[in-house]
Amino acid sequence: MTRFVLRRIGFYVLIAVLLAFFAVPLLWLASAPFTSDPTYQVRMPDFTSENFRALFDNPYALGSLWNSVLLAAGTAALVVVFATLAAYALSRVRLPGRDALLYTLLLLSSIITGTAAMVPLFQLAVELQLIDSQLGLILILTGGLLPAAIFMMKDFMDSTPKSYEESARVFGATPLQIVRHVVVPLVRPGLATIAVWAVANVWGNFLMPYLLLSDVEKQPAAVIMYTLYTEGGQANIQLLGTFGLLYSVPVVLMYLFVSKKYGFRFHGGIKR
Amino acid sequence: MAQATLPPEVLDDAKARRYNADAAGLGRLRAGAFVAPALALISLFLVFPALWVLYLGLSNYRLTGAAAAAPQSVGFDNFVKALTDPEFWSSTWLTFEFVLGSAVIGQVVLGFLIAWIMRDRTGPIKRIVEGLVILAWILPSAVVSFLWVALLDRDGGTLNTLLHLQDFAPLLDHPMLSIIVFNIWRGAAFSMMLYGAALGNVPPSHLESARLAGASGWQQLRDVVFPHIRGHVLTNLLLISLWTFNDFTPFLLTAGGPDGKTEVLSVHVYQVALQGGELGYGAAVSTVILLINLVVAVFYLRLLRSKK
Repeated sequence: MTRFVLRRIGFYVLIAVLLAFFAVPLLWLASAPFTSDPTYQVRMPDFTSENFRALFDNPYALGSLWNSVLLAAGTAALVVVFATLAAYALSRVRLPGRDALLYTLLLLSSIITGTAAMVPLFQLAVELQLIDSQLGLILILTGGLLPAAIFMMKDFMDSTPKSYEESARVFGATPLQIVRHVVVPLVRPGLATIAVWAVANVWGNFLMPYLLLSDVEKQPAAVIMYTLYTEGGQANIQLLGTFGLLYSVPVVLMYLFVSKKYGFRFHGGIKR
Repeated sequence: MAQATLPPEVLDDAKARRYNADAAGLGRLRAGAFVAPALALISLFLVFPALWVLYLGLSNYRLTGAAAAAPQSVGFDNFVKALTDPEFWSSTWLTFEFVLGSAVIGQVVLGFLIAWIMRDRTGPIKRIVEGLVILAWILPSAVVSFLWVALLDRDGGTLNTLLHLQDFAPLLDHPMLSIIVFNIWRGAAFSMMLYGAALGNVPPSHLESARLAGASGWQQLRDVVFPHIRGHVLTNLLLISLWTFNDFTPFLLTAGGPDGKTEVLSVHVYQVALQGGELGYGAAVSTVILLINLVVAVFYLRLLRSKK
C-alpha cells in the first residue's frame, strides 16, 4: 500500500516537473502582450490593449505578417500544383528511370538542407538577381519542398483506383480534363496535407528570408521578430509580445484544424 | 529549404502495380511534360546548388574584392585550411556535443519518458502535457528563441525570478548547456509522438504476462517493449540527428557567441561565408556538412528498405 502511494506521488511529481519545464518558457507569450510596460519577467497581465496599439502603429510589423502570408501562400500554391502534376505522371506512367529518380529525389531533399546549401543559394540568388525578390524566394523554397511533396503526393495517387479515370476516358475526356475533374477531387485530402505542410514550413522558415531579403519592407515575420530583439542593442519588448503572439496564432490554428479534420495521422518524418 | 524531410512511408509495391496503369491515356510525352516544371525547379534550386558547392569549395571565391570578380581555382586549399583550422574542429566538436546532448540523449529520453508514462492514460492530464510539448514544437523558431532569451535573461529573466537567483546568466555562463536544454524542449514532441505510436504496437498481452511473471518495470521495458520498438528507435535517432545537425536555430539564441562557444557548424558556415565573406572556404565546410548528411540519409534509406 505504501508502495502504491509512493508511486502515485512520484508520478504526479514527474508530471508537475514536465508541465513546468514545458509551460514556463511559454508563459511570457501568454502574459506579456496583455501587460502594460512588459519586461522579460512574467507578470500578472492587467489586460491593456496598449501593446496592440503600438503594434498597429509600427510601420513594419503588420506588413511583415502580410509578407509571410504571401510567401507561404505562393510557395504552397506552386508546391501543390507542380507536385500534383509530377506525382500523377509518376504514379500512372512508367517513365524510364522512375524509381531511381524518386529515390534520388528523396535522398537529395534530405541532405541538401538550408544549412548545407546556404552558400551556393546565396551565390545563385546574387547571380540571378533574386536578392530582395519575393518571387525568387518563393521559387527557391518551392524547389526545396518539392521532392518530399512529390513523394507524399505519389503515395496518395497510388492508392486511388484508376476505374474513374477509365470511364472518364471512355466518355472522351482529355488527360488534362481527367486530372482536373477526376483525379484532383479524389486526392483532395492529399492536396490539403501538402498545402498545410508547405505553409507550416515557410511560415517558420528564418534562414532563407534572412539570407535573401535585405529590404525590411519585404521581410517576413520571422526576420522582423529576430530584428526586434537583436537590433539596436535593446529588445523592443512591448512589440515582441503582441507581434510574437500574432505571428504564432496561425500555426496553432492550423495545427488544431489539421488534427481535428484528419485526426492525427502520424507522418513519420514530416516536420517543419 | 531549412527543412530536412524524409517521409518514411514505404510504398506497397503490389498495390502500386495494380493502380498505376496509365488509365487516363497520358502517354510518356505528356507525362514528361507533367514532371518537367517540378524537375526544373528542383534541378535549379536544389541539385545545382549542391553541385556548385563542390565547385565553390575548390575556388577562392569571396563576397567582395578582386576574388569576387575573378575567382580562381585553388584546388583543395580550402579543405586543407578547414582541416587544419582549430576553429573548424572546435565547431565540429560543439556540433557533436549539441547533437549528442540535445537529440540523441535529450529528446530521445524525454520523448520516450513522456510517451511511456502517458501510454495508457486518457483525460485532461495527458491532453495538457501532450498539448504543451507539441506547442513547443510547432511555434515559429524566431518566437521560441526569443521566449528563451527572455526566460534566461540575467536581469529579470523568469528563471532568475523563479529560483530567486541574482546575476545568473545561463546564455553567457553556460551557453552550450542552454542551447542543448532549449533544443530538448523544442524537439521532444517528435520523439514523444513516434514512441507513442510505437508503444501502441506492443501487444498488451506480452506486457501482462511479463507482469504476472514478476518482471520489474525496467525488466518489462528491456525485454518486452524494447524488442518491439527497436526499429522506431533507430528511425528516430537518425532523423532527429539529421535535423539537429542541420538546425540553424542556435543562431537565433546566441548567434554563435559568446566567443564562439555555441558556434555549431551551421552557424560557423554562416559566420565565415556570409559574415566574413569567404565563400570558398564556407563552401568547403558546406561540403563536409553535405557528406555527413549523405552518410546519415543513406543509412536511413537502407533501413527503410530492409524493413520492406
